[in-house]
Amino acid sequence: MGMSYNPFSLEGKTILVTGASSGIGRGAAIECAKMGAKVIITARNEDRLKETLSQLEGEGHVMRVCDLTDNEAIKEMVNSLPELQGVVNNAGFTTIQPIPFINEEEFLKIMQVNTMAPVLTLKYLMKKKKLKSGASVVFTSSLAGIGTMSVGNTMYGCSKGAISAFIKGAAKELAAKNIRVNAVCPGLVDSQILASGTITDDQLKKTLELYPLGRSGKPEDVAWAMVYLLSDASSWITGVNLPVDGGRELY
Amino acid sequence: MELKDFIANFAEQFDETDVNEFKPETVFHDLEEYSSLVALSIIAMINEEYDVTLKGDDMSAAVTIEDLFNIVKSKM
Repeated sequence: MGMSYNPFSLEGKTILVTGASSGIGRGAAIECAKMGAKVIITARNEDRLKETLSQLEGEGHVMRVCDLTDNEAIKEMVNSLPELQGVVNNAGFTTIQPIPFINEEEFLKIMQVNTMAPVLTLKYLMKKKKLKSGASVVFTSSLAGIGTMSVGNTMYGCSKGAISAFIKGAAKELAAKNIRVNAVCPGLVDSQILASGTITDDQLKKTLELYPLGRSGKPEDVAWAMVYLLSDASSWITGVNLPVDGGRELY
Repeated sequence: MELKDFIANFAEQFDETDVNEFKPETVFHDLEEYSSLVALSIIAMINEEYDVTLKGDDMSAAVTIEDLFNIVKSKM
């Protein structure tokens, strides 16, 4: 047992990462590549996807532009893939709308991108037999998907709650094929704070008081949990919603 | 966009505060009922009614209701 012993390695695995043009998805692609995987990244924005691709260590990584609001495009994207040993079903977004302002079109779009698209991605991967024994699928849910909510975020909570339920059923169903399905449930991650802009410095300070470890998350914090769930080190773990939240769920 | 209508829409996001409290010069951050949810509701109302997307910082920058009105107006 020397330097080569590493059950957390992703060497020899080809891993699809959706939503890889920013935030947690970009972090996941970068860390998977560092851990030895060949990574296939996908997102809607070609320029930002190229930027992620340029940050991936090692050889053999590729990108596929795909609009997750288009179910036919998801099907075609999946059909174009080789056999995979890992999937990070990550793409997602939120719009803050207090209940009296819930906009039906926006709600449908959130459900499409956050729920329908990752479910269909797994559906087509199974249908086309792209996942074999030993493969691992990781979904990005959220603390909001397991009941720790912030105000104004109910549509997002619906979409992620659906994912946290889906992985339970998928884990049970795909266990017979020795394919594992888990989710990570991140708390507040830097990328989201910057992207939303709805939160002021004062509110951020107040929010962070609810985080026992005293800081918000970095994309890598979540990516490392994903690496674990993708690796053979987690071979006996399936159907789990893993909080990655600096202890936020303790409150 | 009329200031009078804006103030009426603004006031709608409150339940307890007396409607006479809402004037152009009202320092809304000091209203007892003002909260993060009310702030989010005002942002959502402005998006729905005026098609303007405000950031949390815009809410902090405005001292009075009229300040906020002027910020919205400048973004229309």
